[in-house]
Amino acid sequence: MNVIDFVMGHALQWGSVALLMIGLYIVMTRGNLIKKVAGLNVFQGAVFLFYISIAHVRDGTAPIVHEDAVLYANPLPHVLILTAIVVAVATTSLALALIVRIRESYGSIEEDEMAKVDMG
Amino acid sequence: MTDEYSIFALVVLLIVLALVVVRLTSLLAVAILAGAMSFILATVYTLLDAVDVAFTEAVVGAGISLTLMLAAISLTTRHEAPWRGRPAERVVALLVSLASGAGLLYATLDMPLLGDPAAPANLHVAARYIAESPASTGVPNMVTAILASYRGYDTLGEVAVIFTAGVCVIALLRHWREGKA
Repeated sequence: MNVIDFVMGHALQWGSVALLMIGLYIVMTRGNLIKKVAGLNVFQGAVFLFYISIAHVRDGTAPIVHEDAVLYANPLPHVLILTAIVVAVATTSLALALIVRIRESYGSIEEDEMAKVDMG
Repeated sequence: MTDEYSIFALVVLLIVLALVVVRLTSLLAVAILAGAMSFILATVYTLLDAVDVAFTEAVVGAGISLTLMLAAISLTTRHEAPWRGRPAERVVALLVSLASGAGLLYATLDMPLLGDPAAPANLHVAARYIAESPASTGVPNMVTAILASYRGYDTLGEVAVIFTAGVCVIALLRHWREGKA
């Protein structure tokens, strides 16, 4: 197979893997809970991008009926990710509400300071 | 092909912004960058012909997420405390994310190329949805037809999840407000 075609065909997948790695790194290394949620959002965005790249069809159009359209993009991953985006916002809002409560109880949203409070 | 190059440019921009998010300690800037990343993602989705997903990402991902994050920041703190852990923890985290990334990269080598109409994901049910959903549901937008008709129970489950999350948020924050007063 042609090397350029191979790289072009996989570049978007590699890009979403890179985003996923960055998101995972933020979640693991940052003690601040809001920053962790931001990292989780980067991670989610990477997964969504990967799914949408699967649904893409070259020379296709958006999956809405049109007389001139020959090929359509695959609508099924679009539906799955549509649901996932909305659920992601629901979980983000729950996480942020928990963070507000944690701040009220512990006086901090940093992991190490919370651990200190727990140890007494 | 020009579309593909602009997609790659936008994804490179996304990766750069994500790296900036790693470095930033101002949570306000992190929230705003997250909103900007959502808009860039919405543009990428449009270029990939996923217009419904792009709408949702722009409205829900950029709009509502950003508002919620700003609200949380205003109720908590604006700045991230400097790192106080051991350097070894960061090295382990870096190794874990590099290892998972390497595994995924190895897996992508077997994936079909971008835009391949004969990719396994585009055969089977997807072809049936494209061929039959406009006639059988009367909705010209196939994404809407699948979301509301073929997979209506999925959407019902999604509504249940959002409802539960909303109830939990109200329960958490009402308790907090009463405790304060």
